[in-house]
Amino acid sequence: MDFKSCVHIRQEWDIVGARQLGRDKAKELGFGTVDQARIATAISELARNIYLYAGTGKICFETIEDLEHKGLEIIAKDEGPGIRDISQVMEDGYSTSGGLGAGLPGVKRLMDHFDIISTHGEGTEIRTSKWVR
Amino acid sequence: MRIPILKLHNYLLISIQIDLDDQTAIQFQEDLLSKIHKSGATGVVIDLTSVEIIDSFIAKVLGDVVTMSDLMGARVVLTGIQPAVAMTLIDLGIHLQDVPTALNLEQGLIKLRQEMED
Ligand SMILES: Nc1ncnc2c1ncn2[C@@H]1O[C@H](COP(=O)(O)OP(=O)(O)OP(=O)(O)O)[C@@H](O)[C@H]1O
Ligand SMILES: [Mg+2]
Repeated sequence: MDFKSCVHIRQEWDIVGARQLGRDKAKELGFGTVDQARIATAISELARNIYLYAGTGKICFETIEDLEHKGLEIIAKDEGPGIRDISQVMEDGYSTSGGLGAGLPGVKRLMDHFDIISTHGEGTEIRTSKWVR
Repeated sequence: MRIPILKLHNYLLISIQIDLDDQTAIQFQEDLLSKIHKSGATGVVIDLTSVEIIDSFIAKVLGDVVTMSDLMGARVVLTGIQPAVAMTLIDLGIHLQDVPTALNLEQGLIKLRQEMED
């Protein structure tokens, strides 16, 4: 399972598809039930953001490995409007859509590593990963 | 997809058995409010035992359902939240503080009865 696999996000239902596939992959890698739920929730947040703010995009999964551990990296990529002020969207409660504004700061807490690259007007790429404990 | 809502005396009982997509969650919100209105139910138990994920959107819908039902005069209790789901909700920073919860459906019904007495 070290090849990269992606789910395209085009319609609302794809959010469910992406998080189900992510949970399956997490299970295969040996994550426990709580971490499986954390990973599925993080994917759901990222996929919904793509659907809501960029319209379309994709969520890709990659197995990561170092000497002692295995893990899962999730890459959420879109060519939407991008994010102007990254520190602002990482604040709990900041939302431009009347949401709870819990998504991105939540993903950061659910996962072990979190990185955003976004260019205003060009799109957003979020990479986040978690190691099997 | 629609989530079935059962009526038992003055109560409405719902057991969510599927992985909730956004549209189904919104539809459920509407269905429940209109059912409260039509039936005059005074209490609602939403059982989440089979729900494996609650993300920020679903948490918002559930929180809103509780507030809206309350406004209409029906108390809502959420029951059976799985340990893994409780932990991810805390990571998301969602505390559902004003939402009555109980361990299972039976406890939920007991809680409703108590709440209505005081
Ligand atoms: N892929 C994206 N492209 C453009 N803007 C985005 C993207 N993802 C998030 N944003 C912006 O960041 C804000 C914060 O996102 P976050 O997921 O934290 O909260 P939310 O989606 O508004 O609410 P919630 O996720 O709690 O339902 C969004 O309101 C939106 O303005
Ligand atoms: Mg979001």
